Amino acid sequence: MPDSHPSATKAAAAQRVLGLGVFSPSFRGRDPFLRARPGTTGGAGRGPSAAAKMAAPLVLVLLVAVTVRAVLYRSSLAALISDRVEVASPLNAWKRVVEGLALLDLGVSPYSGDVFHETPLIIYLFHFLVDYAELVFMITDILTAVALYLAIQDYNKVLFKKQKLLIELNKYAPDATELIQTPMEMYYIPLKVALFYLLNPYTVMSCVAKSTCAINNAVIAFFILATIKGSAFLSAIFLAVATYQSLYPLTLFAPALLYLLQRQFIPVKIKNKDFWLYTMQYTGLYLGSLIVIICLSFFLLNSWDFIPSVYGFILSVPDLTPNVGLFWYFFAEMFEHFSLFFVCVFQINVFFYTIPLAVKLKEHPMFFMFVQLAIISIFKSYPTVGDIALYMAFLPLWSHLYQFLRNVFILSCVLIVCSLLFPVLWHLWIYAGSANSNFYYAITLTFNVGQILLISDYFYAYLQREYYLTHGIFLIRKDRTDPMLVLK
Amino acid sequence: MGEMGMELVKLLLLLGLAEAAVEAEVPRDSLQEELLLSPLPSGDLSATFQFRTRWDSDLQREGVSHYRLFPKALGQLISKYSVCELHLSLTQGFWRTRSWGQPSLQAPAGAELWVWFQDSVSDVDKAWKDLSNILSGIFCASLNFIDSTNTVTPTASFKPLGLANVTDHRFLRYAALPREVVCTENLTPWKKLLPCSSKAGLAVLLKAERLFHSSYHSQAVHVPSWWFSQRSEKKYPQFIIFKTDASCLSVSWELRQTLTVVFDSFASGHGKKDWSLFKIFSRTLTEACPLSSQSKVYVDISSRGQEKELLDVSPAPLSIHEAVVQGDRRTYAVYDLLNPALFNGSRSLNVQLKWKRPQDGLDLPAPVLHAQRYVSGYGLQTGEISTLVYNTHPYRAFPVLLLETVPWYLRLYIHTLSIITKGKENKPSYIHYQPAQDRRQPHLLEMLIQLPANSVTKITIQFERALLKWTEYTPDPNHGFYVSSSVLSSLVPSIIAMKEEEEDLSPLFTSLFPSSDGSSYFVRLYTEPLLVNLPTPDFSMPYNVICLTCTVVAVCYGSFYNLLTRTFQIEEPNRGGLAKRLANIIRKIRGVPPL
Repeated sequence: MPDSHPSATKAAAAQRVLGLGVFSPSFRGRDPFLRARPGTTGGAGRGPSAAAKMAAPLVLVLLVAVTVRAVLYRSSLAALISDRVEVASPLNAWKRVVEGLALLDLGVSPYSGDVFHETPLIIYLFHFLVDYAELVFMITDILTAVALYLAIQDYNKVLFKKQKLLIELNKYAPDATELIQTPMEMYYIPLKVALFYLLNPYTVMSCVAKSTCAINNAVIAFFILATIKGSAFLSAIFLAVATYQSLYPLTLFAPALLYLLQRQFIPVKIKNKDFWLYTMQYTGLYLGSLIVIICLSFFLLNSWDFIPSVYGFILSVPDLTPNVGLFWYFFAEMFEHFSLFFVCVFQINVFFYTIPLAVKLKEHPMFFMFVQLAIISIFKSYPTVGDIALYMAFLPLWSHLYQFLRNVFILSCVLIVCSLLFPVLWHLWIYAGSANSNFYYAITLTFNVGQILLISDYFYAYLQREYYLTHGIFLIRKDRTDPMLVLK
Repeated sequence: MGEMGMELVKLLLLLGLAEAAVEAEVPRDSLQEELLLSPLPSGDLSATFQFRTRWDSDLQREGVSHYRLFPKALGQLISKYSVCELHLSLTQGFWRTRSWGQPSLQAPAGAELWVWFQDSVSDVDKAWKDLSNILSGIFCASLNFIDSTNTVTPTASFKPLGLANVTDHRFLRYAALPREVVCTENLTPWKKLLPCSSKAGLAVLLKAERLFHSSYHSQAVHVPSWWFSQRSEKKYPQFIIFKTDASCLSVSWELRQTLTVVFDSFASGHGKKDWSLFKIFSRTLTEACPLSSQSKVYVDISSRGQEKELLDVSPAPLSIHEAVVQGDRRTYAVYDLLNPALFNGSRSLNVQLKWKRPQDGLDLPAPVLHAQRYVSGYGLQTGEISTLVYNTHPYRAFPVLLLETVPWYLRLYIHTLSIITKGKENKPSYIHYQPAQDRRQPHLLEMLIQLPANSVTKITIQFERALLKWTEYTPDPNHGFYVSSSVLSSLVPSIIAMKEEEEDLSPLFTSLFPSSDGSSYFVRLYTEPLLVNLPTPDFSMPYNVICLTCTVVAVCYGSFYNLLTRTFQIEEPNRGGLAKRLANIIRKIRGVPPL
């Protein structure tokens, strides 16, 4: 933080940052940045030339991503990657999808055994597309990235408007202007998000392994896009599909509802009639589409077998194949009579934080969404790196928090080193026989601690920034000594 | 007068009762005992005992309470659980088909139990569970470990042998325990089922210390029930009775106790193939079991295609019997223990066999059908089960039914199944696959594969090794987990024409699996059981793991709790804690500025 800041410069900075004609239209002429992009928007809607300018790098990123994937599909690494337990869990491994299709061909219900745990929708999808699986997964990844790109672009627009409104209402401290995000900063965020998703090694590996996690991610990305675009109908449908696919996105209901309410300018108040009306509408849409999808699946296979086989499998964690999560070793080492209790305790973690987060982040549903996605990927019963890649794609969106992060360097090192150690320790345990399961377990533990600390660090930074925005950067104690901000 | 009349009535009644009792004592059961001694091509000697107790009464129908030769323990079991057929075998070692030739009746290593229930049984699983527990008590074997995780219901491989008016495979249960160790404590209860126990007859040879000093030991109990024609004493399997007049048939139950031992006297270094009863059993035969109606010793003296007699048996057999057994022409020297002429010269019978000239490696033609199985792959993540099935018949192709039971913790991937014959893919004409359910049900794979003449068929399927809960591992987890033998059933075409044998004359098992016609014979083979290693957790770590993982969850909870419930505030200077205040008092006294 800078020690001092002349107030005159600050005021100028505020107006430069906002770059708007609100305070003085004469500023417009001076700022080339604003001249090029007139209007009040932050990210999108700058006319066809600007959109084309943005589209070119996006296309480039997409091309690079496709090339990388295509090369990996053709290399011998593909088989190696698809066997990795970090990339393919029992829930979404491609091998198991193929097995389910083979069982179907033999006239055996894929749900009669304990190998196949995909939803009937996936069987139906790949029944036709199994020969084009590689193409399907590449397209899925691209669609996810484009959806995220568009969503973030729109979100930036909304955020910018919100900032403007709050400044007009004098909600921000006068000396906090330098914390306000500028359109310049926000301009490349959508591209960075797409880049982070597409070229993240986790996503690439997930795609090369043909883990159906990529499809779940695409559904969630579309859900976020629909939510940000303000379409309650589509948002509810995509949320229902996501829930149907992997159950845990159920918790994303809360941030989506909060975001939609905010977009409709409906205050979240218990006594407000509109709030309840809208909530009921959204809930009804969500539950309705969920029921429709589940009934459709029933008619697809004409049995309810998929319910215990998919959701029962997710909730009761019978398969202890090692993965990057916390469940497998814990339940392998658990005493039999405590097993049920601890399954409940561990499963509740995903759902447990939703309501407190909704209360705390009522005004910031997008950040809530990000935190909830991270919690899902940490505490879900069969996590893979694909799940992690989804919430990591949002990290560029919070790049303005960078200055408030306390130990991001250490945590990134922890995550990178752990990711590299996973295959090493797996090899030592499973193939070389010179290590045992504890080695791999230790790494999963460290990896998860790293993720947890990273998320809480972002959360801390977010709250801190909000505090500074309202209270000003230059806090002064009563006794005129250096200020210290603490959580109380 | 009235009294006299009463007396008379009483007398008549008594007479009538006595007459009825006499009628009841007409034995409707019989015992036949046989011993087959056959030198194996490898130089070892196989001895097969068979005791057949036949009872011409329907255990199911009548309230049977009087048992004579048939063991009561089994009889009651059969009627209580409405069993149609029961087959139990306990085996130590593995029959090496390649070097020992086709076995007369092979059994898989460990324990194997398969039972057909009557179609009147409503809860088959419960009856199966109870039955296996009781059998476990009767035979001192760990059959109580049979549960849903190792029980399957094959659809085609195990057909009822005799009288079973059920062909619906829902009434069949099959289980194998490849880990079961067979020893003396299993032999003793088996011997107790014999009417003469081990006191007389062929059973005197059953001395545990000799029988278990062998490379293969297999004891079995088969309880089939047959339809017998009262006139011709010929038995009919189920499928024939529709053709015959059912009224002249009666039900009879049969208990077959068989015991096969392969003595490795030759392989274990003595280098001599000559043997005598005394040398191998350290006993000789003195008499037949007095309760038996037939008691015979057969010695296989087949010359195996060579012109000259190579063997010399003493004492000289009373009769020679020739038969075609399993596509092979065999000559047997027969000693009938019930024939008093046998014991004329000496008081005991000590059969001896001498080879006239040293054998320099009999080149045994490989059996027409044989198989071998192994696990390939490295590491503890995945693996592959490969089965090689050989058909050495020079010109005939025949189908074989393969049954594979794999425990759930080896997750089979059926889409990786490949069947290759002569470099080409061989598509099975029938396939039944039942995928496993974790901790509930094993994999069951049944296939009908056509084996072309003179070919090797390679069947491979990939699997994934599961990590189990620490309490699910066996006491020595790094020893590995057994996968039970796969079962091959086939009607093998015979190279030599077979003729319908008169059953009572031909030895042993030719009658257990009746051949439908003269051109082929039934063979059931078992492959090697497999030993597969699984990844293991650290068994000493449960507390540590619970603590460490819970700590991580608590770290998450703690940091989120902090962020969620607290708000940012500027830390105001306070007057400090007790220590600071104390320090300031002292400083004040000392005259130093306070902290």
